[in-house]
Amino acid sequence: MSAAAVAAGVTDPELPMVTLADLGILRDVREEADRVVVTVTPTYSGCPAMDEIRADLRRALRRAGYPHVEVRTALSPAWTTDWITEAGRGKLAAAGIAPPGAVPRRGAGPVPLVLGRTRRDVPCPRCGRPDTELISAFSATACKELRRCPDCREPFEHVKEI
Amino acid sequence: MAFDDAYDALTDHEDDARWAYGTGFADPMAGVAQEIPDGVDPAALTAYCLMLGDDALILSHRLQEWVTRAPELEDEVAVANIALDLLGQARLLLTRAGQAEGKDRGEDDLAYQRDAADFRNVLLAERADADFAQLVVRLLVFATWRLAVFDRLTAAPDPVLAAIAAKGVKELAYHREYAAGWVVRLGDGTELSHRRAQDAVDAIWPLLGELFAPDGTGLGPDPAAVRAEFDQVLDQVLTAATLSRPAGATAPGRGRDGEHTPALTEILAELQGLARAIPDGVW
Repeated sequence: MSAAAVAAGVTDPELPMVTLADLGILRDVREEADRVVVTVTPTYSGCPAMDEIRADLRRALRRAGYPHVEVRTALSPAWTTDWITEAGRGKLAAAGIAPPGAVPRRGAGPVPLVLGRTRRDVPCPRCGRPDTELISAFSATACKELRRCPDCREPFEHVKEI
Repeated sequence: MAFDDAYDALTDHEDDARWAYGTGFADPMAGVAQEIPDGVDPAALTAYCLMLGDDALILSHRLQEWVTRAPELEDEVAVANIALDLLGQARLLLTRAGQAEGKDRGEDDLAYQRDAADFRNVLLAERADADFAQLVVRLLVFATWRLAVFDRLTAAPDPVLAAIAAKGVKELAYHREYAAGWVVRLGDGTELSHRRAQDAVDAIWPLLGELFAPDGTGLGPDPAAVRAEFDQVLDQVLTAATLSRPAGATAPGRGRDGEHTPALTEILAELQGLARAIPDGVW
């Protein structure tokens, strides 16, 4: 298997239903004469899974016959949820996690502050109701928020658009 | 790689990567180009990254103190996530400061081996919270100011600082929204919550001057432009919260010069104790 295919199949340690490629954090895989150079980008600055992701990539590639692996970090351009693939969105939804919508385009000037934003068109992954309530803008990982469906009353996680 | 058993994951290591917190973590900028571009003064870049990095490290510590003490589980999770974002920003900025300094000091050396007088955070970051109202008011002030600064730093002449800022903008927008929501909820709430929120605003106000003082490195954005954006957002939130804006200005604190309150010494005693007791310890 090519190094690119091996790296693309490595799953995320905190969202094991999706691969690093599904999440869009695997930016580049290059086979050079004596090594494989993999470039990843963190989702959030403080993502504690980055060390584990690097180790998982090295381990998977070593087991596939690529003993020399260099994992580089790319900070720019900053990761955006728009890079999550269609396949990745489908796997998140199947696991009960509402995938992100498109990141809103930002206009000129300062980042606007919207107060009282609680009800939005994030569909319930269980019953499909189109608009649900925000419980908390943060959840078990920095990249998700906690929402609740007013119909089926189930709380669920939603990957925030960034 | 997914594991069914967490212990398998912990013992599967073929290298030194690990989950438990300690020292000796992989450089968060492993493989990022380290060159300082022409036209950027390395000493100024070191100083400015230390200021922004120390702000994040110290406020992150204050937020972490709320874990197990927040009013609701959801808020505990929120505060912990915000603290984690700031810790991530601190790691990147301290790493960049160490690169620019060129004395072979990494993030751990800068976080664990400096004394209070060498820290460059604003006094706003080190102050202890007396209650939850103070937590959210301070976070509103800090996130609003830092977002205005980072948004402008996305055009910084150092591409690494610009990239750190571009990532941080997205995080800080969520921090600000979270804090603003709580300030409105408390201010426009009961008589007691309103009083506590107003007390928190009054208590934090004397610390604002330092945020808008010139940083002395020439790398930070125009303080007047930052102040204008800050004032507009604070007015929006305080109005919605039915809170009044304290009058008057005070002399800026001297945290940027290393003149700190005993609160920072207390933080460092806890933050650095283990790392100093067991130098280069890994666990």
